[in-house]
Amino acid sequence: MALGKSASAFFDTGGKKISRQVVLPFRKSLEISIKSIKVRFFRSMITVIGLILAVAFLGFVLAGAEVASGMLRSGDPELRNVLVKAGYDLPAEPPVDAAGRLMPESVGAGAKERWIVILSLLVCTVGIVNAQLMAVTERFREIGTMKCLGALDSFVLRLFLLEAGMQGFVGALIGAVFGAVAALLAGLVRFGLPALTWLPVGGLVMAVGAAIGVGFVLSLAGVVYPAVVAARMRPVEAMRVQE
Amino acid sequence: MDTGHNIVRVSEVTRTFRMGTQVVQALKGVDLSIQSGEYLSIMGPSGSGKSTLFNMIGGLDKPSTGKVYIDEVDIAQLDAYELAWLRNRKIGYIFQTFNLIQVMTALENVTLPMIFAGMSNDESVEKGLELLGLVGLRERHAHKPNELSGGQQQRVAIARSLANTPAIILADEPTGNLDLTTGEEIIALLKHLSSERGVTVISATHDHKMLAVSDRVVWIRDGRIDKIESRDQLNISVGTISSKDA
Repeated sequence: MALGKSASAFFDTGGKKISRQVVLPFRKSLEISIKSIKVRFFRSMITVIGLILAVAFLGFVLAGAEVASGMLRSGDPELRNVLVKAGYDLPAEPPVDAAGRLMPESVGAGAKERWIVILSLLVCTVGIVNAQLMAVTERFREIGTMKCLGALDSFVLRLFLLEAGMQGFVGALIGAVFGAVAALLAGLVRFGLPALTWLPVGGLVMAVGAAIGVGFVLSLAGVVYPAVVAARMRPVEAMRVQE
Repeated sequence: MDTGHNIVRVSEVTRTFRMGTQVVQALKGVDLSIQSGEYLSIMGPSGSGKSTLFNMIGGLDKPSTGKVYIDEVDIAQLDAYELAWLRNRKIGYIFQTFNLIQVMTALENVTLPMIFAGMSNDESVEKGLELLGLVGLRERHAHKPNELSGGQQQRVAIARSLANTPAIILADEPTGNLDLTTGEEIIALLKHLSSERGVTVISATHDHKMLAVSDRVVWIRDGRIDKIESRDQLNISVGTISSKDA
């Protein structure tokens, strides 16, 4: 840290044995953010529930597509017919290559479904931004006080990102597992046992992983602006009298 | 008492705020020197510029023109990192609304500035308990702020303000949210700390109980210093104030 000439003399006077720095160890910031979440558990829950629902929907769609793909890859024309009847958008006859062998098919989420998922994720992100902005306003005195005690902008930013990261990870995990389980149950009800016997486990894990990742990233994306607002808050805010 | 150097020097400071299209001049040229170890009160009605001056001295606000020196360093020259350092090590803040961090226990509140200062956990806990002992709350260290009374919270805040043995304690209406007796206790505690530890105490207040313990009182009116009274002059004027109030 480059200090001005006059400033460095100034910093020497108080320094003595303590190193001349302002720090917040990572372990400590983790501790503080976990405490904040615990204390505001109800509020965090509401923020997280929105995320859980959106990610559960995403997980449901992705895992449902895996179930159908698995059945399709079984090569059993009977199962293929079942899928077509169930409304999956497949050509009437399975495609064959020049040599007459069956070509592997897969089903993705339909265009309509995809749009609904994207919309639900967007709404969820807006919800997170809203909830986090409110959390910042609620905590302006706490943030101002921390700054009066010597916290840097980066400490505040880190606390908010950590909180959102933890909320995002837990929420996305719950949502993705919930959605995948729901998709498997729905598959079982619609198609019977073949839905599970042909299930590509790797694909399912990938689907759940993707849903968790998307949820986690959205949660972080939603907190960036509120966290920057919080970090830029001036310490004078702590002096404000009104509750 | 340490009659050493000027710990705070305010030189020809003005501060203007823009409120919509209007420009409001909160401070209209203030000069003030505060000696190290002094107990100084800033008095004035609301809207007088008292808070603005107070924030200036605490490094929370920068002047529009003029200079504020803390320990002979112009605070306008400091970057964000150096200002954070200043707030962490040089200045201890006490607020009207106590401003303890609600999610933390009394001890954690007191140790937080030490953690920022890079002190080890064990060291900071030891010093935190010692400071809580100093304000008579050692056995309540594990309590959250909402389990403490207003006076107790303010005492925790005083312990916190002393965390990194600052040169200056800035108290913004420290008795404003307390009843008469508790307020007196807090004032006595501040005075005790000031004389025992040689800390400079600067408080913005309109609590007249503060006057009796102040070495000097600065009266602000309409963005200027109206008068500065030292203690011996005060004894006379306190009488007139209280008679005016009654």
